[in-house]
Amino acid sequence: MSIGWYLAVSAFIFAIGAGGVMVKRNPLVILLCLELMLNAANLALIAFSRMHGTDDGQVFALIVMVVAACEVTVGLGIIVAMYRRRVPVDVDELRELQG
Amino acid sequence: MAEVLFFIAATGAIAGAIGVIRLENPFYSVLSLVVHLLSLAALFLLLRAEFIAAAQVVVYAGAVMVLYVFVVAYVGGAEPMRRPYAPGLRGLSVVFAAVILVELWIALLGTGLKAVDAEGARFNPAAEDPFGSPGALGNALLQKFLLPFELASLLLLVAAIGAVVLARRRRGAGLEEDDAALISVVDALRPEGTGTMKEGVSGLPDVGGTPPGSHPKGTTRPEIAAGAGESRRRGEGDDWEGGW
Repeated sequence: MSIGWYLAVSAFIFAIGAGGVMVKRNPLVILLCLELMLNAANLALIAFSRMHGTDDGQVFALIVMVVAACEVTVGLGIIVAMYRRRVPVDVDELRELQG
Repeated sequence: MAEVLFFIAATGAIAGAIGVIRLENPFYSVLSLVVHLLSLAALFLLLRAEFIAAAQVVVYAGAVMVLYVFVVAYVGGAEPMRRPYAPGLRGLSVVFAAVILVELWIALLGTGLKAVDAEGARFNPAAEDPFGSPGALGNALLQKFLLPFELASLLLLVAAIGAVVLARRRRGAGLEEDDAALISVVDALRPEGTGTMKEGVSGLPDVGGTPPGSHPKGTTRPEIAAGAGESRRRGEGDDWEGGW
């Protein structure tokens, strides 16, 4: 398979994730869609790494995975804190910081 | 063979991604993401990124998804939406996503890079540390990318502490009943009894109200609790606090 196919799949997954972030309102699902986008970027990184035959892209992908894990941890912590304070778990209802 | 595997894995990855945004129940979305991640690990294997594929399965499909499942089970599934969508916003979002897709396809596939249409660089499996092996990645991480590696460890530490701080039970923040539960250094230095009359009557150390979640008698030490029971027996009736 040529590298272009992997890149096409990666772009498709990224677009799905971006659409989900824009459409969804549950912050949990938004975090899942962020995961989709990060994984699409990972796929592109690894495809390019294969294209060049060097390991650098794979190291980038590993670092992206670390950053994604951190983001998930903090995001889920915020969601649990919201739930504890009886704040509705819905990004459209979170208007406290508006103007 | 590689083509068949690619199409199976790519279909799984895309179907999983669509499932994440199409399923209404967040729990099913998480399970769909697990399918997506496993398919993506297969794609990584096809790209000869063995170590990344293993890390993907272990870290993502294992640890991170367990975290998700726990939080979804804790917070609860789909709630009825209170506010309807603003008209047209949803369609506009889908249009934006389609525009992003077209733009990415133009950028990635319309590129002048000739190598995009090739299978990739020459792969020599007989090398000492072939491409994508743990040895090659370890060398890269500890030599060329040592600083990002160390920064990643620091970032993980910060995220772990931040998650604990965020998700613990809230204290302070102006709530009166929570102020009583604030712990200060003085509490650790102070002896359990403070010599008030209430203590002399009840036999219990006066801790100034019971913090939430603690033993109703104000202490969990068994000998004090037993002593309290004794004093209760000595006093007649239930009105033991003012029985003297």
